[in-house]
Amino acid sequence: MERTAVLERFDVRRIRKDFPILTRTVNGKPLVYLDNGATTQKPQQVIDAIVNYYTQLNSNVHRGVHHLSQLATDAFEVTRRKLQPFIHAAHEHEIILTKGTTESINLVASCYGKAFISAGDEIIISAMEHHSNIVPWQIVCEERGALLKVVPINDAGELDMEMYRSMLNDRTRLVAITYVSNALGTINPVKTIIELAHAAGAPVLLDAAQAIQHLTIDVQELDVDFLVFSGHKMYGPTGIGVLYGKEKWLNAMPPYQSGGEMIKEVTFAQTTYNELPFKFEAGTPNIEAGICLGHAIDYINDIGMAAIAQYEHELLDYTTQRLLDIPGLRIIGTAKEKSSVVSFLLDGAHPYDVGVILDKLGVAVRTGHHCTQPLMDRYGIPGTVRASIAMYNTKEDIDILVAGVEKAAAMLL
Amino acid sequence: MTINEIQDELIDDFAFFDDWMAKYEYIIQLGKELPLIDEQYKKDEYLIKGCQSKVWLHADHQGGKVIFTADSDAIITKGLVGLMIKVLSNHTPREIANSELYFIDQIGLKEHLSPTRANGLLSMVKQMKLYAVALNAKI
Repeated sequence: MERTAVLERFDVRRIRKDFPILTRTVNGKPLVYLDNGATTQKPQQVIDAIVNYYTQLNSNVHRGVHHLSQLATDAFEVTRRKLQPFIHAAHEHEIILTKGTTESINLVASCYGKAFISAGDEIIISAMEHHSNIVPWQIVCEERGALLKVVPINDAGELDMEMYRSMLNDRTRLVAITYVSNALGTINPVKTIIELAHAAGAPVLLDAAQAIQHLTIDVQELDVDFLVFSGHKMYGPTGIGVLYGKEKWLNAMPPYQSGGEMIKEVTFAQTTYNELPFKFEAGTPNIEAGICLGHAIDYINDIGMAAIAQYEHELLDYTTQRLLDIPGLRIIGTAKEKSSVVSFLLDGAHPYDVGVILDKLGVAVRTGHHCTQPLMDRYGIPGTVRASIAMYNTKEDIDILVAGVEKAAAMLL
Repeated sequence: MTINEIQDELIDDFAFFDDWMAKYEYIIQLGKELPLIDEQYKKDEYLIKGCQSKVWLHADHQGGKVIFTADSDAIITKGLVGLMIKVLSNHTPREIANSELYFIDQIGLKEHLSPTRANGLLSMVKQMKLYAVALNAKI
């Protein structure tokens, strides 16, 4: 009853009208955009805000006393104020604005590493991490003589929680795990992961790059220590991202980069650092993207994350069912809890060949290893074709995808 | 036939295809007919970097001419390699090194392929020319 009510309120036709790019054609065919895991399209509201910024507000933030600088600073800080309730953070100053997920992870790896990781310590990641949540930890481990441990997964693409439990010990300094897998779509049991890590005395960083646009996230309820995500995957501009960190960790960490904004006082003898969040925001930020991310949050809030999640879940089920009807098609990633991603292979066809043919039909998917080479090695495959959905996708989009895959099979096999 | 005569013939052939499907079906067919590389050369040192799919390429010298063989794990890529081999194989190292490959643009492949794929194609051409230069030096 309630489910039906939500779906009735969710009007995908109206939503599609907000995304002008969805009306264009590609290779003479209407665009079917199913590469949302890479980046989402932007609604007119965000595009208008970008134009408005450069026509009405452009000036540097946090420094000028002049009118425009005040306006730009206010608009920029409004985004931080919107992000706080969006992820249910306890404090606004726990929201650090970065370039994106990758920079957020690198910041924690570098600064938390310097403060808390020494020789013989251990960091735990998982077998389904994006390279961005592998390489920074490899570098920290190399620099500090620490050990990187990797939680394995089962064939369905679910974490081996028994192995995870057995890996935690008093040398574990951090657990860095993805909330939703970008290549498999698995939603990890993050609440349990965090509880177990905390019981062992280790904080947890969640890579929420593929979760923030699909699920309601409450950092206090999760009790997560760090949460990272990107603006461009949640209908906002590129070049802006978020690092949420608990105040106690952020205060205990040294600054990341140095320069303007992050200082309180500079003499040639000594520099004192600025307070949170500015301590971690050296240099002029991406002001336009920062402001317009706030408009993307408004857009999501107006539609409602619960409605989005439910609609996308239904569409994911439909996509899975339709694709499985194609003979010789195999889905990689069959976890019980999944979000927004269907990765698949056509037996006997290289994912790249399938991607080329789908592109000819106006269907945008991602092919390749999805920056998860160790994961592809785990399955012994060169890569997959990945269809990833967003709130503006429809069953018609999926029907066109399925017809395209069938055509690719006819041509390639 | 000279390298340019082969290129011109391919441009004429491709002009007959009136849609992308016919063009790609032809490329896929070429892939199936590709002169396959000997299994012993299907290892990392013969792998061309820059392609999303794997491409192995080997050059042999016979009677003053270079003979290319190749393989790929993707059939469309295999067809593209086949196209390159059709044009460049069985010519002298000097002819290959000095060749100017204008047919790729003219048959509309460069614009139709994604940047990663186009880069792969360029890496392929570069590698074929490097083999020719190396063989030329040996003679």
